Amino acid sequence: MTDAGFVIAAYGVIIGGLGLYVVTLWRRIRAARKGR
Amino acid sequence: MKTRVLGLVAFLTVATTTVIGLLVVPADLNQGDAQRIMYPHVASAWLAYLSFGVTAVAGIGWLWKRDLRMDSVALAGAEIGVMFTFFAIWGGMMWGRPIWGVFWQWEDPRLTTTALLLALYVGYLLLRRLTDDPERRATRAAIVGVVAAVDIPIVHFSVEWWRGLHQTATIASPDRVLDPAAPGIFVLTLLGTVGAFTLTWGYLMIRRYQLAQLSLAREETARLDLLMSVRSAEVAR
Repeated sequence: MTDAGFVIAAYGVIIGGLGLYVVTLWRRIRAARKGR
Repeated sequence: MKTRVLGLVAFLTVATTTVIGLLVVPADLNQGDAQRIMYPHVASAWLAYLSFGVTAVAGIGWLWKRDLRMDSVALAGAEIGVMFTFFAIWGGMMWGRPIWGVFWQWEDPRLTTTALLLALYVGYLLLRRLTDDPERRATRAAIVGVVAAVDIPIVHFSVEWWRGLHQTATIASPDRVLDPAAPGIFVLTLLGTVGAFTLTWGYLMIRRYQLAQLSLAREETARLDLLMSVRSAEVAR
């Protein structure tokens, strides 16, 4: 893999992971509010 | 509303610093493009320290004040800290392969103590699932959270105390703050990324705290419902 490949893998997982966590958090909050 | 604004600002700053880190800042003379990984890697490592530090302080707060809001803060710090520790490790591995020639080396003190940090706080989150009693859970978690925080300075100073693959501090060292061993544009991009990630961390902490408070309220409602149904059954008998 080239240097660019490692850069994309690093940024992809970190920025993508942050985005995924935010969306999951929103869904968990919405589910918790509905469950009350 | 304020939290939404914070979330929006965090998103915009992360997007901006990502574009700058990937496309605007020149590649490093020695490390080439791989050096760009340092921006989110260092920011993630800093936020792992901050998150677990918050978990320890909030844990002490619970043990002292017996206020379950402290436990919610501690939980938020631990969960978000685990995520940022994983990001730091992942970024380090993606940088290490082209620069060191290996993804990982267990003999390196910084890498090994960071892996231990991740394991400790995954354990912290698992421990919380062992009981439904909020107070017992908070007390157990607080003790583990405070003890596990001992690893934070060990991780940070491991590069000074022992020899390994990982380099010593480039910027966050007392003798290098004003004269960092990196070009100004790299330092500015790094500080910008750290700032953007820290804003995101603040937003995530608020939202995760809110979720923890909602879960606590739901647990309390379920407990009251159970008590009521037991009482009703006793009256009917």
